Amino acid sequence: MERRFEKELESLKTTLIRMGSVVEEHCKLAIKSVFEEDVPAAQKIIDSDDRINSFEIEIDNAVIDILALQQPVASDLRLILAAQKISNDLERIGDHAVNIAESTVQFSKTRPKEPSMEIPKMSELAVAMLRDALDSFVHVSPELAQAVLTRDDLIDEMNRSMTMEVVELLQKNKKFIEGGLELVRLSRNLERIADLATNIAEEVIFLAQARIVKHHAEEKKTGPVEKDAN
Amino acid sequence: MELATIEELEAPTMEIPQATQPEIKTIPEKMIAQNLNCFFGKTQAIKNVTLSIPTQKVLAIIGPSGCGKSTFLRSLNRMHEVAGGTMTGTVLLDGLNIYDSDPVVVRRRVGMVFQKANPFPMMSIFDNVAAGLRLNGLGDKNKVNEIVERSLKQAALWDEVKDSLNKSGMSLSGGQQQRLCIARTLAVDPEVVLMDEPASALDPISTAKIEELIYDLKKNYTITIVTHNMQQAARVSDYTAFFYVGELIEVDDTKTMFTAPRKKRTEDYITGRFG
Repeated sequence: MERRFEKELESLKTTLIRMGSVVEEHCKLAIKSVFEEDVPAAQKIIDSDDRINSFEIEIDNAVIDILALQQPVASDLRLILAAQKISNDLERIGDHAVNIAESTVQFSKTRPKEPSMEIPKMSELAVAMLRDALDSFVHVSPELAQAVLTRDDLIDEMNRSMTMEVVELLQKNKKFIEGGLELVRLSRNLERIADLATNIAEEVIFLAQARIVKHHAEEKKTGPVEKDAN
Repeated sequence: MELATIEELEAPTMEIPQATQPEIKTIPEKMIAQNLNCFFGKTQAIKNVTLSIPTQKVLAIIGPSGCGKSTFLRSLNRMHEVAGGTMTGTVLLDGLNIYDSDPVVVRRRVGMVFQKANPFPMMSIFDNVAAGLRLNGLGDKNKVNEIVERSLKQAALWDEVKDSLNKSGMSLSGGQQQRLCIARTLAVDPEVVLMDEPASALDPISTAKIEELIYDLKKNYTITIVTHNMQQAARVSDYTAFFYVGELIEVDDTKTMFTAPRKKRTEDYITGRFG
């Protein structure tokens, strides 16, 4: 007999996965709108952010109900804690997708003549990290989550080099200020999406293995041990 | 990069979590059960259990009905043999086997509080607490008065009964009766207090008082509590041991047991998936 509690947990997971799919789609469409200079598509992203916010509230309510009424422990407790943090991360990723869509609107007025080559690479990497972080939650795969963490430094480096590139461009051509600042903003939003995808991956590791890996919390501790079959 | 639809995503599955290695315990042991087997006739209730009971900490024992947790508790002060049981193995108290000692002395050092409050029905509140002292030959009235007051204070009952010490113990509420029994146990100055479901018959207010009391008592006593209520085990104990069909399945600090148990059977039991 499946218990009501297990149905509630399943429902929470399903809602979070749906929210993840919508957020990932928003990121991809926002980035596409930048490359294709598609202002109407960008505006659609800006206008539909409320949908993501509603998911976050729905998950918050489910978490409060389960904590208050079911007093979960062990892996159930970890799932609920992770779900709430992940939904918060996803909501913020949604906000960054809106920021990117706003860049599309700005670029339509001040498109730089020499767009950075780093932006397509950064976009691809940020979206891939988000997709893998979400997949790691769906499959409760700490290995996939770990693979997300290893890519965070790369996108940080890309963001730094992108900023340097814009600074050099601005030194050569002062007319480029507005477009250059918009490029820095775009790069920063992509880097933040990757950071939040990393947070999601860290939560998946906590969910799967009860390990807190954020802020290098584990470096001085012993690693995981094999699960006993009993 | 194609977006997977919800239908395409595989149904989420929970993998068995891996816990980090428990830290090596450095807390001294007050009691140790070693290779303990307990029997009722031919039925074996406890199977080769080795478990340390840390000094001045609260150890909670959890497990489904019939798992042997109360039998284990009773073997720690030789009450198991009173119930007609037999045992093999050793139980050390400060390094000495209690089964080589006088059971009366063992039970004075290792006191017990039962599930159902059992004040002596014909005795006053005062006499209930003083009974053990008198049985042990303490005649000094001032000393008895002093110990009764101290024990009732330790059991958080003094303020409620100090003006009615001559009333029958049975005149008290269920929660007060249980605290009276705790005072009676503390009066003979035990080193270890065993509690068998001490709050299972009490309302939430009385339960909260007993739980606060357990928390305070560990400053001076080593406590082992058997409970069916897992939230209670989580709230009051420093360590938790999980028993199943007479075996000790897992013991760890309580936080680890309730956030990331190492054994699947523990996980399944505490999350309500069996038992």
